[in-house]
Amino acid sequence: MRGKTGRLLRGLALLSTLALGATACGGSDDDSSDTKAVSAGDIQAALKKGGSVTVWAWEPTLKSVAADFEKKYPKVKINLVSERSGDKHYTALSNAISAGKGVPDVAQVEYFALGQYSLTKGLSDLAPYGAAKLASKYTPGPWNAVSDGDKVYGLPMDSGPMALFYNKKVFDKYKIAVPTTWDEYLDAARKLHKADPKAYIANDTGDAGFTTSMLWQAGSRPYKVDGTKVAINFDDAGAKKFETVWQKLISEKLLAPVTGWTDDWYKGLGDGTIATLATGAWMPANFETGVPNAKGDWRAAAMPAWTKGDKASAENGGSSLALPALGKNKELAYAFVEYANAGDGVATRVSEGAFPATVAELQSTEFKNKEFPYFGGQKANEIFAESAANVADDWSYLPFQPYANSIFNDTVGKAYVSSTTLADGLKAWQDASVKYGQEQGFTIEK
Amino acid sequence: MSTSVTASPAKTKNTAPKLRTPRAKHTPGKPKRSVLLTVLMALMVLYTVVPLIWLVINSTKTQSGLAESNGLWFAHDFALWDNIRDAFTYHDGIFGRWLLNTLLYVVLGAGGATLLAVLGGYALAKFDFPGKRAVFAVVIGAVAVPGTALAVPTFLMFSKMGLTDTPWAVIIPSLVSPFGLYLMWVFAAEAIPTELLEAARMDGASEVRTFFQVALPLLAPGIVTVLLFTTVATWNNYFLPLIMLKDPDWYPLTLGLSAWSSQAQTIGGDVIFNLVITGSLLTILPLIAAFLFLQKYWQSGLAAGSVKE
Repeated sequence: MRGKTGRLLRGLALLSTLALGATACGGSDDDSSDTKAVSAGDIQAALKKGGSVTVWAWEPTLKSVAADFEKKYPKVKINLVSERSGDKHYTALSNAISAGKGVPDVAQVEYFALGQYSLTKGLSDLAPYGAAKLASKYTPGPWNAVSDGDKVYGLPMDSGPMALFYNKKVFDKYKIAVPTTWDEYLDAARKLHKADPKAYIANDTGDAGFTTSMLWQAGSRPYKVDGTKVAINFDDAGAKKFETVWQKLISEKLLAPVTGWTDDWYKGLGDGTIATLATGAWMPANFETGVPNAKGDWRAAAMPAWTKGDKASAENGGSSLALPALGKNKELAYAFVEYANAGDGVATRVSEGAFPATVAELQSTEFKNKEFPYFGGQKANEIFAESAANVADDWSYLPFQPYANSIFNDTVGKAYVSSTTLADGLKAWQDASVKYGQEQGFTIEK
Repeated sequence: MSTSVTASPAKTKNTAPKLRTPRAKHTPGKPKRSVLLTVLMALMVLYTVVPLIWLVINSTKTQSGLAESNGLWFAHDFALWDNIRDAFTYHDGIFGRWLLNTLLYVVLGAGGATLLAVLGGYALAKFDFPGKRAVFAVVIGAVAVPGTALAVPTFLMFSKMGLTDTPWAVIIPSLVSPFGLYLMWVFAAEAIPTELLEAARMDGASEVRTFFQVALPLLAPGIVTVLLFTTVATWNNYFLPLIMLKDPDWYPLTLGLSAWSSQAQTIGGDVIFNLVITGSLLTILPLIAAFLFLQKYWQSGLAAGSVKE
């Protein structure tokens, strides 16, 4: 309906440009590195002077944090833009950075995507602002994700130590024990599906974030990153463990063919046809708003182990607040990030259901003793805190992980819908990632 | 274009007897019934009405009601009023802001497009000037170019001019409606007898006065038709605002609802499918109202020129 001729459009647009007095302006040519240390005094002075900070973040508890911050520093205005998330968020952020215009002062960046932005110098190093001194405040997994040597590219906002959420009602009904190892999990999957052909132990149609977290837990370290030198290899013992168990689940059709985060998925979690969910500790908040009808049915448990008694865990999800290099009001922006992720904001966010990345909150008795009415009064944080302590910190994502994740379904995804095996799928993913890395100018080590 | 497709069943239904009458002369006033056509029409009605029924029924449910109940029947809880209230109060009432934005885009974009189409169509129909054939070729060509194909070039151009992320980025492209122009042109040629214009000129009326006092009243049905078409197009516009706007404060309803829907795919995000559904219902109500109230005008507008008097 909105067809239009180029000529007419140009004419009209030109007219209105003149009318509005808007001028074309290119990208910022000021790519100055901010290596100069910023003292606490500078930040205080900036807070006193005031100004506005634009924050692109979807994390819901930031709303209260921003309100508190504005109350504490009345001259500062926090402009929270929250109606965007996931892919759209990164597309918009990348577009703004490459256009050099409309870049926010603070952006929420998930751990898996940080490498992409820090490597292209899209983010400010926060160490000169004093962020390096905050290292001991955070658990190792998240801190490892935001820091690279002596550089700090963001402050951890939350973390996602993994846990196994299971529908107790379903497990009780069919008298199935809650699995403590992945082999038991496989047995439980068979038992459950046999008892009720409509019920599945889990859903999975191929999810890059889940698979990488599972590899992480199994001890696989497929990505090795050293600056622009990258190695990608899915052929190790940890990956084998994961492939063996998961291939059986796929081949025996024990996984519900439901894609995560869809309305079908929420429905399955609610009606008992998806009986477990191995995911990050932030999940309770999503359970409460997305699956309100299953209140009381679900419980949390430690992740099943790959060998009995092993406590190794992994992270799934979690994000940081970072300062895009082209953002303005750097001192104010940093002050807000520190307030939200290391200062008073943490308590506010935890009280509203966010899962912290800070040691003090994770260790506090108040946090551990919190009873979750949704989980029938279970003190689920004890499980999550233990998982957080058992996350290995030597995992790294690719500096182009968002791209790699975007091709996951074309490669590994085939294992879920055809006769391709999971091992072949991972090999195809590896090859495609290597190819892209080379095209982007990375040195790929064999 | 999608909107005119949904409008077409009604159009065919209403004009079909009129068009068929001359051929079926032997049974005036009693058009032949075709079982096949009736069945096809019934399927079409089902196809267009079922989603609407689904929308109305499900906007009465809470988030948990949505998961527990069948899609085509009511849940045990009736939460329509709560949902409407929540839709308008969620996130500091941003839904109301989106509604006002959409209205702004429609008033300025669709209103402006209609104004331009009326002026241009009248000029093309009633005045002779060099290059008229070229204009005709360009307009007909432009009708065939889908808006989606122009969105990216438009974005790049607007970006260079610094107009992206402002309401102008949505309003300016909406001002151009080749189809509206073409419709007004055809309509003006039929509806305004050239003799009438000549008589007015003989009596000494200026061109401006002739246009406003003689031509405009005759064009009313055509104007309403074009206005409805451009309104629907602007109201439903999704792709253009999607690439042009970053600031949610300037989102139209289409973008806002999609943002709410994608919240469910976010760690820690609120799952508000019930508000998305209720919001969608609230979004289509003004359009339905506009169609119902202006029905008699746009029908006669569409049929103009189809019957030789």
